[in-house]
Formats: sequence, C-alpha cells, structure tokens
Amino acid sequence: MTRSYEIVVIGGGPAGLAAAIAARDAGCTSILVIERDRELGGILNQCIHNGFGLITFDEELTGPEYAARFEELALQGGIDVMLDAMVIDVSTDKLVTAVSLDEGMVFIQAQAIVLAMGCRERPRGALNIPGFRPAGIYSAGTAQRLVNIEGFMPGREVVILGSGDIGLIMARRMTLEGAHVACVAELMPYSGGLKRNIVQCLDDFGIPLLLSHTVVRIEGRKRVESVTIAEVDGKGSPIPGTETVYPCDTLLLSVGLIPENELSLAAGVELSPVTRGPVVNERLETTVDGIFAAGNVLHVHDLVDYVSQEAAVAGRNAAAYVGGGRGEDGVSMDIVVSDGIRYTVPQVVDPARMPDELTVRFRVDGVYESRFVSVYLDDERIYHRKRLIMAPGEMEQVILRQKDLLARPGVASISFKLEEA
Amino acid sequence: MYDVVIIGAGVSGAACARELSKRKLSICVLERDEDVCCGTSKANSAIVHAGFDAATGSLMARLNVRGSTLMGPLCADLGVDLHNIGSLVVCTDESSMPALEELRDRGAANGVEGLEIVSGERLHALEPNLADSVVAALWAPSASIVNPFQLNWALAENALENGVAFHFDTEVVGVVREDGAWSVHTPGETFRTRCVINAAGVYADVIHNMVSPDTMDIVPRRGQYFVLDTSAGRHVRHTVFQLPTKLGKGVLVTPTTAGNLLVGPTAEDIDDREGTDTTAEGIRELLAKAALSVKGIPFRETITSFSGLRAHRAEHDFLIGEVAGAPGFIDCAAIESPGLSAAPAIGEMVADIVDGILKPALRDDFIATRAGIPNVEWIGAKDWEALIAEDPAYGRVVCRCRKVTEAQIVSAIHHPLGARSLDGVKRRTEACMGRCQAGFCTPKIMEILDRELADLSFDGITKAGPGSELIVGRDKELDGGDRS
Repeated sequence: MTRSYEIVVIGGGPAGLAAAIAARDAGCTSILVIERDRELGGILNQCIHNGFGLITFDEELTGPEYAARFEELALQGGIDVMLDAMVIDVSTDKLVTAVSLDEGMVFIQAQAIVLAMGCRERPRGALNIPGFRPAGIYSAGTAQRLVNIEGFMPGREVVILGSGDIGLIMARRMTLEGAHVACVAELMPYSGGLKRNIVQCLDDFGIPLLLSHTVVRIEGRKRVESVTIAEVDGKGSPIPGTETVYPCDTLLLSVGLIPENELSLAAGVELSPVTRGPVVNERLETTVDGIFAAGNVLHVHDLVDYVSQEAAVAGRNAAAYVGGGRGEDGVSMDIVVSDGIRYTVPQVVDPARMPDELTVRFRVDGVYESRFVSVYLDDERIYHRKRLIMAPGEMEQVILRQKDLLARPGVASISFKLEEA
Repeated sequence: MYDVVIIGAGVSGAACARELSKRKLSICVLERDEDVCCGTSKANSAIVHAGFDAATGSLMARLNVRGSTLMGPLCADLGVDLHNIGSLVVCTDESSMPALEELRDRGAANGVEGLEIVSGERLHALEPNLADSVVAALWAPSASIVNPFQLNWALAENALENGVAFHFDTEVVGVVREDGAWSVHTPGETFRTRCVINAAGVYADVIHNMVSPDTMDIVPRRGQYFVLDTSAGRHVRHTVFQLPTKLGKGVLVTPTTAGNLLVGPTAEDIDDREGTDTTAEGIRELLAKAALSVKGIPFRETITSFSGLRAHRAEHDFLIGEVAGAPGFIDCAAIESPGLSAAPAIGEMVADIVDGILKPALRDDFIATRAGIPNVEWIGAKDWEALIAEDPAYGRVVCRCRKVTEAQIVSAIHHPLGARSLDGVKRRTEACMGRCQAGFCTPKIMEILDRELADLSFDGITKAGPGSELIVGRDKELDGGDRS
C-alpha cells in the first residue's frame, strides 16, 4: 500500500524539523517527517554542551534544549512523524521507501521532498593513517554518543586528531569526565573549528592545539597504546625528525564531516564536488524538480541556528511548490567563486524568482585578515565589504538583493571573490 | 582422546574440519583468537584465482585449479557470496607479450579452461577503465571473487553442526608425542589426539618445529590494501591483475562481493608475525602501482586500509603432508596465495591423508548445507519485505551504510558459531564495513551484543577479543551504578 503526503521530510534533526514547521506555517497540511533514530532532534541530542540558539532564541541552550523547542513546535499539529524508520530509497518521481520495526516496509508518494539527512564523520580510513587498527580509535561523534547518551567512557588517556568543532567539544567533555587529553593535533595551519570552541574547550583547560601536525603512526595490537604525532610541511607531508610519541589508550578523530547524500544520488540529484551536497538554486531546490535540501546534508554548517534558518527557507519553498505558487521561471545564473572562496549555497540564482533578499552562505579556503568580500554582476561590483577575519571553520554570508539583479537585466554571471582592497 | 585436533580456525583449518566431519571421527579445532577468520583468512584479496599463476606440477597449481572447481558448488551449499566475474592480467608493454602468452600456456597446462588473450576494442568493452597503456590482457572467465569471512565462518559452522568442537582463545603452546598419541598443550587444557593438523598460518613453522628436527621457516609477507566505498565498486568489472615485471609483481584492482573496490596488495617480507600494520611507504606504493593498470581510481572514496600476512615459504609452494618421524602430525602449511582459492581442495587433501592414517568410515548423516544470513542490501524491496513479514527486526536498520538490520545482527550472534565481538558481527554481516566505518552503528551493535549475550556486560564488549575492550568505564556520575 502506498501512502501519500504533500511533503515528506527525510530526517528529524534540526533541519528537518525547521523545514516541516515552516512548511506547515506556510499552509501545507500534509507533512511527514521520517527520522531514523528513536527520538526527534538528530545529533543535537548528544550535544549536551551549551552555545546553541544565540541567534534564534537570543539565549544559550544545550543541544537537547534547542531540539526540544523545535520538537514542541513540530508536534503542535499538522505534522506526522515516523520514528525509528530508515528511508532506503527515494526515486526521481518522489516515491519514498522506508523500513521500520513497527511498520515494516512503507511506500510514500510525495509531491515534494526536503532532504535533511545530515552528515557523517570522515573515518580514519579516509586519512590513510599508517599503523595498526586496534580498539580505541573513535570518531569524535561516536565518542560523544558513548559518553553523553550511553554513559560510558571510551578511554582515559586521549589524543585528538583534527580540530573540528566536535573534536574540540570532546576535548573538554573527556577532560570533565576525568580523562586526560594530551593534545589536539591539526593538519592545517589553522583550526577547522569555531574560535569560541578553541578558547572554551582547549585554552581554558590547558589542552595544547598543535597546528600543522598530524598522526603518523598508531601503535597497539588490541587497544591503542600510543600514537606518534609529527609536524607537517606546507604540503601537509610529515617532517622527519619532528615525531613525538604520545602514550594513550584512545585516539579521537574530528577530521571533517561529509554530507550524507546516498539517497540524494538515488533520486538523481546532482551533487557539488566541493560541498558534497546537492547543487541548489535560490529556493534550495536541487536539480530534481520538487526535491529540496537543507542543513548539513546540503553543506556542513558551523552553527545550528543557520541550519534552522536555511531549512525554514527550504520548507517554505517546498510548500509553495506543492501549492503551485512558485511563480514563473526566469533565467538562472551560476554563482562563480574564486580567489579564496570555496563555494556558495545556493550555487544557482534565478533573479526573477529570488526573494527580495537572498542569503548566500559561503566558506573561505584559508585564514584571511582584513579582506574584502566582493560580489560582481559581470564586471560590475555590487557588494564590497571588509571583514576583519575569515577562517574556513566559520561560515560567512552575503545578502543578495533582488533589485540589484533586476536592475541589470542583461547580466550573464554572478561572481564571489575575496579582494585585498 | 580426539581422533583429530586441528590447530587454527582460519579458512584452511575450517576447510579441513568440514571435510573431516564427513567421517566418523571425533574432532576439535583450537584457535588462539576469539573467533574464526582472525588471521590471514580475513585480510587478503578475496579472489578465487583461475589457476594460471602457479608453476605447473606444483601443489599450488593442482590445489588452486581443483579448489576453484569445488568453490562454486561449495559456496552454494553453504550460503557464501561468490561472484564469477572473471579476471584480467593486463600487459602494458608490447615487449612483455611473450610473458602474457607464457601465462596463458601455463594456465592451459595447469588445466585452467577458457583462457584467452584479448586486446583492442574487445578488451576496452570488457573493461573500459583500463589504463591507456594497456595493450592486451589474459582473460580468465573462470576466476571469481568470494566473501572470505563468510567462507571461513560457513565452513567452520558447518563442521560444528556436524559435530566438530571449537575452542577459542586457546593458544597451542606445545605439541608432544606421548604414549603413542599426541598431547596438544594450551595454557589451560591439554588435548590428547591421534592426529594433529597444523593449520596455524604464519605460526605453522613454530608448531611444526615443536615436533620435527627438520625445521620449517615461514616468513610473514605483508600485503597492504585500500578499500574504496561502494560508490567506486564498479570502477572495474573484473579482477584486474598486472603482469609481473622486472619491477615486481604489481597490484590488483577488483570489486568485492560486498560491492567495494579493493586495491592491493604490497608484498613485504617482515619479521613480525603480528605486523598487520599499514605504512606510509606501502600506501604510497599502492597509489603509484594501481594507476599502471587502471585509470581514474577514485581514491578519494577510500574508506579504510588494512594489512594481511601471507604465510610465505622460500620454496613458494604449499606444504601439506604427514611429517616424517611424527606419525599422525600433518602439516597444512605455507598456505599463501592462492590459499583461499585452494581451501576446499586443501580440505580434501588433508582428509585423504587422515583417511590413510585412521581409516575412518564415512557418516551417513552428514549435513552438507547451511543457510547464511540474508543480506537485505542487495535483495530488492520485495524480498526484503518478505523477510520483514517473517521477522519485524528486518525492518530496523542498524548499520545505515551497508543496510544491515537488527535481525541480521541478532542472527550473527545466535548462529551456531556466533559472533561475540564487534568484529565478529562485522565479518558476519558487513555492518561497520561501510563508508562511516562503524561511526554510527558501534553503540547500537554494542547494545545488541549486551542484550543478546547474557554472559557479556556492556563494558566487557570488545572489538576483537580480550584486550580490545571498547570502553574503559562509566561516566563519573554513573561510576559504580548500574546501567539503566
């Protein structure tokens, strides 16, 4: 038997919830959220530290508190929820197949879909770290789940590779639980995490951050016994003679997040090789008609507040799509990035259909001080703003105004770049 | 008193156990690790070689060809994934063509059927991603890929169902001939037996040298590998070997039965019998060599790397037979590549030798078949739905990357020779083998192990046996309390 919904949201984390709420508030009355875990809230449930919601709620919430606010809104009515259910396939014509313990295999025909599956952590294997493969090597998020949800300590003497936010948070968390964190090693000459996390999670606890360092060896046949850390040169290659051996029982990895887009691929959605998330237009609609994407499945975010904002846009646009209120197509333009900008989301803009103000989010490819973010329409610069510091760990944004684009009808390209002046 | 004690529960030991269990014999297998398939058998190329590689007349050649013939029906009987995809040995240099032809002729002499040298358009159609420098290839349609974990487990489990006893975490520390029989000493029990089969892999020489002054020397030959995600699994359609050159043997690129792409191995003779580490040099070598035969390998999709040790002997042939001066002590040693391919034939050969010594009768109640665990990842919605109708736990996906359900994991634990560790579950179900490399499913599988195994506590759960515990204790506030 096939059920049908106007909008199916895949994922009940912060992105999925915000999308569903926005779609409902825009008037859609037939919405299903499918969540693989036993509770709504996604990965926020294991993020028991505070710092969430400063933008959305103007207060510092923990992850579960932030999730609970959205869960409460979602459960006020008009949104159906399937928990403990895994979507196993999404077809191009928007037939969603899910399985669950309670309901078995379920087929759901959607008119629109919001992809909100989040991301996964890069594993050790993707890094080719030489050495043995004993117990005691965890991605930071797995360790976070063991400590914060299961109540178990994965180790006592810890080295962390990678200074992504989860790694930084876990450095503090493990320390608070009585473990000793010897250091956080980071391959790049800058951290991939938020400045505030470096201060609050490392500096405040005297945990050294070793920039331009990496793990070159893992010892231990059964359980980790030591890791060797070496300095790397400008190309990221270890410098012989700089090795230091750290005896430890645990290596935590926080070496990058990868949007989880296997279902998107099944649906025929085109992915960006840079973000590894879908290519989307100003409505956050993918290359497949009526399939939208938001949150970490689209591109990895720094703050959950931005996830909520972005997902609300996707949800509203999905509702408009279902309601037939999407308007006439104009001429879409790619946003071209260069000179220090890695990517933008969205990647494609249709000036005729964009809102009055469109938030374009992007990340830079290195640490830049006192650079200008510039936006050009063909050769004409329409945005030029100095930023004191930009780093890869922090997401940036520019507001594009529809009137700027509509005022220049012959324009063929939008480009984003960093400029020294 | 046992009739036969088999030392080692790798694929050779398990094949011997299963073959011998067709006879009226009392048999036990002693394994130093916590599970079957913990040494060489778990870390190799997972190939059923056609049989053209080994020198004509060698034991390797004979058992390879026989083993690959037996493998198809055996895997069907035991519920083991086997895909007959064929292999290609590619030649990148016109001047090496005579070597390719020699390989074809040797294969024919070894009894391999269907070998053919292909080139040009036909070769390109067979394997579009071969490197541009490839001029021709030896096509062996009989070659296959096999799931080595399933094969080892299935052989052992079928032996168990036919009455063979298994003792894990039981390392043999001495073998002594006493009162006309053998005493096999372990730190705990001593096992008395008429026959001993030495299938101890890279330790076969150590065991052999306990009973014979004519010593054996096994060299651990390390092979490092890359595993790429299933997104790269169709980059090649066949197992692609490289023609050995002056620069060495080359590496292979192959799909696996689990749909991944496997690249490797290196070949390094080392001293350490536990040296299953990967090295920066090995990784660099693989990256460079693989490109010689296959273009555009998406190494960005690498999900893990690993090392295995082949039990190499300078003579480079299997050593199977009763040891002179040690009646009833049978070596099953130096089983390096193509040992996996030969395993069914090795079992037959060893059983023949035991027949000659003990002259046992055949049983009439031998159970020849066994069902594996259904794999929902590839079976399609209809069949998956049917499984859910049988057991709703097929509807709860635990490992999202490989689509492994709770029912499969519970089944892996409660099969006759069930899993007791994370790696045990992994080898039986492919959970943890996907792109997140156990990141998401580790806590969930730990919960299931904890729930299903009464004698195992959550904090006693290991990755792969004692000493590899996954956690070290409770959170501070829970210290000393019960897990709720």
